[in-house]
Amino acid sequence: MSGLAEQVSEILERVGDDEVMEIYASVGTEVEVKVYDGRVESLSRATSGGLGVRVLGAGVAGSRVGVAWTGSLDGDAIDRAIAEARDNARYASEDEFMTFARPDGVESPGLELTDPSVHSTSLDDKVALAVAAERLVRGDARIRQVESADYSDYDVETVVASTYGVRAWTRRTGSFLSLEAIASDERGDQTGWGLQATRGPVALEPERVAQDAITRATRLLGAVKPPSMRTTVVFSPRSTATLLAIIGTALSGDAVVRGRSIFAGRLGAQVASREVSVLDDPTDARHFGASRYDAEGLACRRNVLIDQGRLAGFVYDTVSARRAATVSTGSAVRGGVAGYPSAGCRALALAAGTGDADTIVRAVGDGVYVDSLSGVHSGVNPISGDFSVGFTGFMIRGGELAEPLREATVASTLQRMLLDVVAVGSDVEWLPGIAAGQTIAIAGVSVGGR
Amino acid sequence: MRADLVDSDLIERVLRTALRRGGDFAEIFVEDRGSRAAVLDQRRVETLGSGHERGAGIRVIAGATTGFAHTADLSEAGLLSAAEAAATAVGERDGRVHEIALGATQRHRTEVGESPVSVDKERVIEQLRRADDVARGAAGSIAQVQVSVGGSTRRLLIANSNGLVVTDEQVRTRFAVACVAEGDGGMQTGYRPFGATGGYELLTDDLIDEAARAAARQAVTKLGARPAPSGDLPVVLAGGTGGILFHEACGHGLEADAVAKEASVYAGRRGERVASPLVTLVDDGTVAGEWGHVAVDDEGHAGTRTVLIENGVLVDYMWDYLRARSAGRGHSGNGRRQGYQYLPMVRMTNTFLLAGDSDAEEIVAQTPYGIYVAQLGGGQVNTTTGDFVFGATSAFLIEGGRITTPLRDCNLIGNGPTILQRVDAVAGDFSMGGPGTCGKNGQQVPVGTGQPTLRLSAVTVGGTAT
Repeated sequence: MSGLAEQVSEILERVGDDEVMEIYASVGTEVEVKVYDGRVESLSRATSGGLGVRVLGAGVAGSRVGVAWTGSLDGDAIDRAIAEARDNARYASEDEFMTFARPDGVESPGLELTDPSVHSTSLDDKVALAVAAERLVRGDARIRQVESADYSDYDVETVVASTYGVRAWTRRTGSFLSLEAIASDERGDQTGWGLQATRGPVALEPERVAQDAITRATRLLGAVKPPSMRTTVVFSPRSTATLLAIIGTALSGDAVVRGRSIFAGRLGAQVASREVSVLDDPTDARHFGASRYDAEGLACRRNVLIDQGRLAGFVYDTVSARRAATVSTGSAVRGGVAGYPSAGCRALALAAGTGDADTIVRAVGDGVYVDSLSGVHSGVNPISGDFSVGFTGFMIRGGELAEPLREATVASTLQRMLLDVVAVGSDVEWLPGIAAGQTIAIAGVSVGGR
Repeated sequence: MRADLVDSDLIERVLRTALRRGGDFAEIFVEDRGSRAAVLDQRRVETLGSGHERGAGIRVIAGATTGFAHTADLSEAGLLSAAEAAATAVGERDGRVHEIALGATQRHRTEVGESPVSVDKERVIEQLRRADDVARGAAGSIAQVQVSVGGSTRRLLIANSNGLVVTDEQVRTRFAVACVAEGDGGMQTGYRPFGATGGYELLTDDLIDEAARAAARQAVTKLGARPAPSGDLPVVLAGGTGGILFHEACGHGLEADAVAKEASVYAGRRGERVASPLVTLVDDGTVAGEWGHVAVDDEGHAGTRTVLIENGVLVDYMWDYLRARSAGRGHSGNGRRQGYQYLPMVRMTNTFLLAGDSDAEEIVAQTPYGIYVAQLGGGQVNTTTGDFVFGATSAFLIEGGRITTPLRDCNLIGNGPTILQRVDAVAGDFSMGGPGTCGKNGQQVPVGTGQPTLRLSAVTVGGTAT
């Protein structure tokens, strides 16, 4: 057992027999390097830890929950947080569905989410990864500038434990290499991101990150505004992953029971074209978001959400499941020690279809290819389904990518878009974040431009 | 007066340790932050949470390289170990012995009547319920109401090897109402936040009622909304709503870090006409009470008022200590960070467009066809190309000089330098907008925005109607 798990167990042992308490604690180390023009511009190192505590108070019509958190694992800070949580619980509303997770007998998937190279790789070698990626990008004559090349990694342990007998411990490492290339010619500047996320630095490939950034930036040079039209839009794997993450918010059982999802009341209905099957599977280690336990300490599991277009299920945490008269799907997520559990997806993917990007673009014939999206947080409403976001990409003419596009929007509604999916590719890319992506095509999307 | 977070003898030792392996500047940033948040969702007090964190970030600069380490351990051992880690990160060994001579401590604080983290919890819940009642009372079609209130206190101590020692106590309080209205055509949402740099006493019943009614009205109005058009159209932004436009269209591009690396379309354009002559844009951290107010920035330097664009001409950029030092000029109080775990960088404070001479109603009346945006959501910009998007969460069609049909949510997209030239009318009805949160390189800081009613001759509207 780790020191953190031991510390959390000791706290729970001190709790009285009649008190219900849950602790979510984490401790980790991190390194962050920014390189500019071949030199270290900044280097940060830190160890940090914190803890969130929830307590349940009994009431006539249900339980009251109180929460508090601290950014330190120091004894006094923890005692203070526990006292605050107890006091906060006095003021919360009694809620018949409020409770904490109880062990449900589902076994946690045996996933290895750490890579020892996070520690065995020297700081100099980590810096060298960023230096190498930057040098490759600057070596391309079309590239004018690289704002910074960044390397970062972490090693974090998380413990969830409760007086209900939950005991979950996870440790994960991650390393990231990223940079943004600025390409330039007489028509102006364009930018392109290269980014790779792995569990450890040995798996990072500076050449791939550099090439990705160069390609994305240079192929947009000379981009123009498209005419406004309604057409078939092909989404790149990265932009599909963004779309999928948005769909994932609406598939949260928490949003659904609150009536704040386009999917509320639609279980069993055909909500998407038959090409579309959506799975949330944190037990698949290929997903960066793979996890052994959810944020309430239950085992993560594979959940089928949309099956050949039919709405097959939602993801639930303990409380949203109770509100929906079902059981948790092991899908509690929370934004660190300061957050509260809610239901959410960690590892979304579309079931692979057939054909790669070239095949799909050829089949579409004429339309628009969306390479990357912007303004997603301001342009998508998961309650009404209204969808309107900025993009960069290309015209598709005669089955080929043609002139690059910028300063344009794609718009529809999430409901329409799901039903209008006409092709799903087999070219799955495993990306950082909560969703993988592949090339897909959606008919009847509005493009806003000139 | 409360004792300082770390005593001055220890600060000196920490700064000396930080410079032990070389470097020409060292800084310690100590923060003690308390927060409180409560949410009333569908009449249930669902979460009432408190949080606390304290720690220190230590930075060493040697030429163009910065070393940084942070710790939650404010003991002598903890701070010296972080100082050593920051020093190692820079890693030069110039053998010089640095004398640290700290000056007199400059003390600042936000004057508050009542702290938002210690205010009586019953009273907080009463106010949440009040907003819920008012929102539901505003229209029968309101199906859901979520009300949230939060506040934070931030005690800071910032000291550096130039001798600066500054303390500050920052307090912010924020309230928000979100509504969902249900009609034949589905659900629509309304949202209205308000907040200030100040204490809980700012949450008056009048302001709460106004926010609740506005959120409800917005959701209900959109029930009758039709799809927004797509393509280039004139757009009128209502006063107080559109400061985010300038925040994205040029604010980020005027931050000296992007400028220094020529990753901004505004790099090297000082003295040039970059906007319509109607545009005078200011970043001003000194406006007491505003959401982006800073008595001192997170490097201990006084907040200032910086004229960025004057009558269309680019006057200056925004600066933090590091960028100002390399440019050999003064900083502008724009060095900010999310917390002690982060390095400071150039950030906006309150960024706003000054009032013009036109009349707001006249501007609409003189627009035969276009879009009237009553509330903007967030936005995003690529500073290098200047292309940016911003969301309209409440918009209407303008037909024959009159505001007519409500429109569904949509994004607007434009290019900063082009849009700045297209400001063709600015009214006198200046007002600040709601409390904003600006994200940059993974750090969130509170910012204010503001502007009078204005018109852009053409912006690309991302709707679905053709």
